[in-house]
Amino acid sequence: MELVVNTLAVARGGLTVLEGVSFVLAPGAALILRGPNGVGKTTLLRTLAGLQPAVAGTVSVPPESLTYAAHADGLKAVLTVEENLQFWAAIHGVGGVTEAMAQMNLTDLRARRAANLSAGQKRRLGLARLLVTGRPVWVLDEPTVSLDVASVALFAGVVRAHLAGGGMALIATHIDLGLAEAAVLDLGPYKAKAPVAPGGFDEAFT
Amino acid sequence: MTALLIRDLRLAFRAGGGFGLGLAFFLLVAVLVPLGVGPEGATLARIAPGILWVGALLACLLSLDRIFALDFEDGSLDLLATSPIPLEGVVAIKALAHWLVTGLPLTLAAPVLGVLLNLPGPGYLWLVASLAVGTPALSVIGAFGAALTVGIKRGGLLLSLLVLPLYVPTLIFGAEVVKRGATGAGVSVPLLLLAGITAGAVALLPFAAAAAIRVNLR
Repeated sequence: MELVVNTLAVARGGLTVLEGVSFVLAPGAALILRGPNGVGKTTLLRTLAGLQPAVAGTVSVPPESLTYAAHADGLKAVLTVEENLQFWAAIHGVGGVTEAMAQMNLTDLRARRAANLSAGQKRRLGLARLLVTGRPVWVLDEPTVSLDVASVALFAGVVRAHLAGGGMALIATHIDLGLAEAAVLDLGPYKAKAPVAPGGFDEAFT
Repeated sequence: MTALLIRDLRLAFRAGGGFGLGLAFFLLVAVLVPLGVGPEGATLARIAPGILWVGALLACLLSLDRIFALDFEDGSLDLLATSPIPLEGVVAIKALAHWLVTGLPLTLAAPVLGVLLNLPGPGYLWLVASLAVGTPALSVIGAFGAALTVGIKRGGLLLSLLVLPLYVPTLIFGAEVVKRGATGAGVSVPLLLLAGITAGAVALLPFAAAAAIRVNLR
């Protein structure tokens, strides 16, 4: 299964921000999305994840094979690290909580409540959730925010392992993840043109 | 789905979860009304069904905005919307959790508070029965209102305004069941109408609420 995005147009707040976005992601490949603030990276990722409808264009895989991780990690402060992960594992009907904690270096924190984690530890827990979804396509929006250098390297290793297992990753990021093999797509050229007033409208003023 | 129910109940019972808020409010109403109205038994007995139902309804209203707002703020709602569970199921489970945390304790506590309001003897059975049948409708209608206002900062006022008119039929028939039960009259008509409202709300509103959440998440 490969992810084929064909002439996709996405809108935020009723205004088309990106149009004509096309790319192909083969199993085992990663694509890094780049572009200035406000170009529509998050909107594109939310559209792919099925959280909002596309204006035009097609996506070849159903939203059910994607998992989305954004700025908010979806953690409950009063649950422990392990309980948070167990919940998402149960929702997705897969196991592997212990392995996920080990991979994201959270095993020592397993009994600590999420409220008492540092920002970077919360982020690691949020990213560990990806491992218990069992979904092949990871859609990541700025996954490395508040991670230190060692954790970024750790996460890059986790992404690489996911890719080696036939998974795919679509990552919007400003910093270098150290995934040299990943292709880079600059979203700048796909920026939607400013809406042109319909011809008939101008006639009233000329 | 069971995992979601267990998580919601666990969150409600842990510190800051809001369990007991509705119950405490209900208790306050039932304790304060006799002090305000005066100790005449006959007056209290006449108004008891209405006061108990209004108290239960407002106690339910108190915790509605938490149903989706907390999950929206920390991003869980986005993740639940992309999870394998259909959003309709998420709404139904969250309404059920709200009922278990609010409606069920209210139903169980109501007979005790009925004593404070001098509710006539035959009314107790019908008080519990009407609350047991009617409070699920309050939770489901409330979940629908919460879904409409999710994403709005301080949406509590709007939520109350949206939900209160929808609560009116439940209140009228619920209080009527207790009133008739207390005087020994037949209760089957208002009780069946109450059950009808609950059944209709439970069957239809999860779909409406899921649609509202999908629009609000865009």
